[in-house]
Amino acid sequence: MTDLTAALKEELVGHDHEHVTSTGISNEKLAMWVFLGSECLLFGGLISTFILYKTRAADGQTPHQLYDILFTSISSFVLLMSSLTMVLAVSAVQRADLRAMRGWLLTTALLGVVFISGQVYEFTEFLGEGYGFTHSPAWSAFYTLTGFHGVHVTLGIVMLLSTAALSLRGHVGSHNPESVEIVGLYWHFVDVVWVVIFTVVYLIK
Amino acid sequence: MSEISVPVAGDAHPDLEHHPEEHASDRQFVKVFLGLVVVTAVEVAWAYAPWADDHAGRLATALYWGGLMLMMSFKFFIIASYFMHLRFDSKVLTRVFYAGVVLAVAVYLIVLCTFQLFSNTTPGFAP
Repeated sequence: MTDLTAALKEELVGHDHEHVTSTGISNEKLAMWVFLGSECLLFGGLISTFILYKTRAADGQTPHQLYDILFTSISSFVLLMSSLTMVLAVSAVQRADLRAMRGWLLTTALLGVVFISGQVYEFTEFLGEGYGFTHSPAWSAFYTLTGFHGVHVTLGIVMLLSTAALSLRGHVGSHNPESVEIVGLYWHFVDVVWVVIFTVVYLIK
Repeated sequence: MSEISVPVAGDAHPDLEHHPEEHASDRQFVKVFLGLVVVTAVEVAWAYAPWADDHAGRLATALYWGGLMLMMSFKFFIIASYFMHLRFDSKVLTRVFYAGVVLAVAVYLIVLCTFQLFSNTTPGFAP
């Protein structure tokens, strides 16, 4: 028993105090993936509700008739580009280039802010034309789905800025690159959900 | 006494192995991004193609839907594989994530069928 304890200690010290897990994957990373898997069910429900109610508009004016596809395509491009800058931030921290990592994190956050600004603009336009949340089931479903996604993007921006701030204090860096990778996983998930929303909500008639 | 191996992050069963040497380079990430931009552009063009017309035949409608769904799935898979590193990470993570995706698609397809979305009647129960 003493030998076993000693061997365990030896192994732990040899691996610089990494977490011992039965899967070999850190608990934090596995938890994020499980969370993202469960988020698929949340967005699946919201997308299905939108599909069911997309034609239910009180005066026949459905969200699809008011979309500005060029504008939304540019928003999609911005979010896609933020995924690239995020992956470059992860790449930078893995090669211990903290300055580049902070730069890419802030660029990603900025692109997220641009995307959210676009969404606020779009919502304002629709509201200005008299199509609010309670106008009809179609509009309620539209605002709920895209609004939930917007909240996720906003939380992602907070996570990005927090990570950049923590790296300045030395809490995040080359000694724990996985923390940046986990934030990146969340951000890419938000992008991947938008890929589905863009096609199902905006493109399909 | 024989040596005892304790699994730690990045040191486990072959199924759980990480392959850091196979991680894509920054240049490859840029190429993946450009590919995604091209697919998105094709997707938008596809939505305005002649077969997207409301009065097009059933074959054209199937082509319209099928094309968009295929491109959307392709983009989803590429982002998950490259940007989320599933291609290079442990297979357990791939299973965890795609289990959620497959479960969501299956559950909500059943829900949509229950609400008669794929029949000729008006979907939903509300008047």
